[in-house]
Amino acid sequence: MSATTAPYRSDLPAGRDSFAQLLHAEWTKFRTVRGWVITAVVSVIAIIVFAYLGTFRHESGVCTGPSPASCQAGHPHVPVGPGGEAVSDSYYFVHRTLAGDGSVTVRVSSLTGLRQTGNGNAVSTSDLVGAPGPVQPWAKAGLTLTAGSTLGSAYAAVMLTGAHGVRMQYDYTHDTAGPSVSIAGARWLRLTRSGDTVIGSASADGTHWTVVSSARLAGLPASVQAGLFVTSPQTAPSQQFLAGDRAGGQATAANARFDRLTLEGQWPAGRWRGQDVGANGQTSTLTSVGSHPSSGGFTVTGSGDIAPAVGLPAAFTDQPSLTGVFVALIVLIVLGTMFITAEYRRGLIHTTLAASPRRGRVLLAKALVIAAVTFLAGAAATAVAIPLGTRLLRSHGNYVYPTSALTELRVVFGTAALLALTAVLALALGAILRRSAAAVTAVIVLIVLPYMLVIVAAVPAGVAQWLMRLTPAAAFAVEQTLPQYHQVDYLYTPASGFYPLAPAVGFAVLLAYALIALGLAGHRLRTTDA
Amino acid sequence: MDATIEVNGLHKRFGQTVALDGLSFTVAPGSVTGFVGPNGAGKSTTMRAILGLDSVNEGSALIGGRPYASLRHPLRQVGSLLDAGALQPSRSARHHLLWLAHSQGLGSGRVDQVIEAAGLQAVARRKAGGFSLGMRQRLGLAAAMLGDPAVLILDEPFNGMDPEGIVWMRGFLRSLAAEGRAVLVSSHLMSELQDTAGHLVVIGRGRLVADTSVADLIDAASAGRVALRTHARSEAMTALANAGATVAATGPDALTVSGLASERIVEVLGQSGVPFAEVTVHRSTLEEAYMELTRDAVQFRAAEPGPEPGPGPGPEPGTRTAEAPR
Repeated sequence: MSATTAPYRSDLPAGRDSFAQLLHAEWTKFRTVRGWVITAVVSVIAIIVFAYLGTFRHESGVCTGPSPASCQAGHPHVPVGPGGEAVSDSYYFVHRTLAGDGSVTVRVSSLTGLRQTGNGNAVSTSDLVGAPGPVQPWAKAGLTLTAGSTLGSAYAAVMLTGAHGVRMQYDYTHDTAGPSVSIAGARWLRLTRSGDTVIGSASADGTHWTVVSSARLAGLPASVQAGLFVTSPQTAPSQQFLAGDRAGGQATAANARFDRLTLEGQWPAGRWRGQDVGANGQTSTLTSVGSHPSSGGFTVTGSGDIAPAVGLPAAFTDQPSLTGVFVALIVLIVLGTMFITAEYRRGLIHTTLAASPRRGRVLLAKALVIAAVTFLAGAAATAVAIPLGTRLLRSHGNYVYPTSALTELRVVFGTAALLALTAVLALALGAILRRSAAAVTAVIVLIVLPYMLVIVAAVPAGVAQWLMRLTPAAAFAVEQTLPQYHQVDYLYTPASGFYPLAPAVGFAVLLAYALIALGLAGHRLRTTDA
Repeated sequence: MDATIEVNGLHKRFGQTVALDGLSFTVAPGSVTGFVGPNGAGKSTTMRAILGLDSVNEGSALIGGRPYASLRHPLRQVGSLLDAGALQPSRSARHHLLWLAHSQGLGSGRVDQVIEAAGLQAVARRKAGGFSLGMRQRLGLAAAMLGDPAVLILDEPFNGMDPEGIVWMRGFLRSLAAEGRAVLVSSHLMSELQDTAGHLVVIGRGRLVADTSVADLIDAASAGRVALRTHARSEAMTALANAGATVAATGPDALTVSGLASERIVEVLGQSGVPFAEVTVHRSTLEEAYMELTRDAVQFRAAEPGPEPGPGPGPEPGTRTAEAPR
């Protein structure tokens, strides 16, 4: 043998071993296949184009009278509560001025429901009187104190409800249950104001009082309006059709008899005045409402709600702006799968693994690169699509629910992360199955199919809820912008933008799928011949 | 790092099929080692086992005393070319080398060097999917050279190359070995390794048939054989056979004689009055030497039914048909 030759020594500088090199290599792999870069760009374009398609045709107007001339473009005014959320603020108010600290006490001797029998907005008193219906579970009758006359003002109220007992509520979103009091008996309520603090109390007999809750209304002016109120929300929509249309709720009214009305504290002399607050309201309220003095109190009929606004007509969330996400999802599933199955198809995986024998790290580097690419694509597309869609919706006279900047950030980055994790899931299944078609099909069945079935309401609501809990499609909860309020009855379904899991929890479901698949893929990669 | 490949008792089964059956050999630096055997003998499996791509049931394959999988920048120590077609078709040749370079902490400067060394400057920015097999082999070789490794493992690098490319490849491999690298080159065609390989590892059915230097092999195959040219062919055969030689006719006026030294042959023919034109000591080609070596090994012929293993390095009777080397 050539014993005379000295073994070869390379004069290349010795390299440092680092995971960053592997990431660099996988990133170079990605960016040097033009088809893959184009695919990522296509996903961005799809989201933006569908934001346009999904929003520019939503057009609505409102008619306030029978003649066409009274129809106007645009949605009715929607008040905004102290917390920035859209609210319903519509009720019948029998009130006086409270110029300082004081309390008001009353007994609600009856609360009955009235159903709308007519077809339109205008319903006569006789219709109401002649049509007693079941009281709505969230029909409210009680005492309230409001900081101002504009709709959406801060308030605190203690009330009897149709089916949820005595409650203390304030500033639309806050709700506390009181002691359980028999619905049939007499129910005593008291509202006490002391500076910024309002305390709601309840009693079964007018003697023994229990504090339900207290609210601190920051900046409450010295002079406020306080008194009796009655309101009754529209019925919850009960049907859902294949295309996602919902049967609208029907307006209702409630009638309450108040007696034993007593005042303490700084109530200047004056008369009780009745006011139909928010009558030209945003929800279908019954128009014939009012109060009739009765012995030692009033009989008050009211309609509407004092609560967060949910399910307003011609009102939208970010959802129509994000129609394209499912298209991008399919595109990025293909991309994530191809990122590894293309290597199996050509045998390139052998080159990859010869260059990096620690196979788990190779898979991790691939996952991080595809996750970063799809996350950035998703974030960029969503950050454009949401303002674009919102603008288009508004320019066509629709109402778009206000959302906080924090929520919008969560939607943008949550959607981006949803796309990224789905691509990682596709990559992992590609590594397990080693075939593009099989892996793409598997991921589409896992995430796109459940989402489609649920969003077009092709499956019953109960099934939809479970699909949105158990499949990776649960992560679509990151797109939910309106919270689900237990104090407002509504058809809270994924099709109407409400998911059964909280955004973080839904996201965690997808994360779990992706991590488990990645673990299985790593195991297969390490334990079988390449 | 010591640039030596040590293969010790490799056993590898694919289900019921035994692919490697206790294979051991060593590849030393400073020479091209030809790794030969018929198709299906286990050459590619052995190479994949050395590179840690396939696990083995028994045995070990070490490079400089370490398993491949423990190398941190493997391409800086071992360059390999297993399948020239293992390319993303839409990626350019240069970009293919670039990602490999990045995985080893190398930059684009090194990529340009190997592109030049492999003679790919003109096509480096073209999509690899459009490359001929010969160009892919050059690209694969460039990839193997990226880390300037002391060990090279090349599986059938001559496949698909034109004659000019084969000449270039031979020269390239010789120069790599001359620099002190260990170069293991598999081939199923002996002629490709002529004038290239200094050492030969011959396997069949996953077992070692021979592990020898090419010079020794040709000497052994040539030893005692003399080529004789004569018009009196039958007289010469009779006379030489009577003198104890083994004689084979190789042409109308040509004989190959073994068992007698050339001086003795001249003497015998002279005594018998047989005319002859030329007596030369025979030099085998590498291919002839290889055939001589494997003549008795049954696995190098078409598989024959029957439970009896042939003589020579024990092949198992199996179902796989081994291709006879040309």
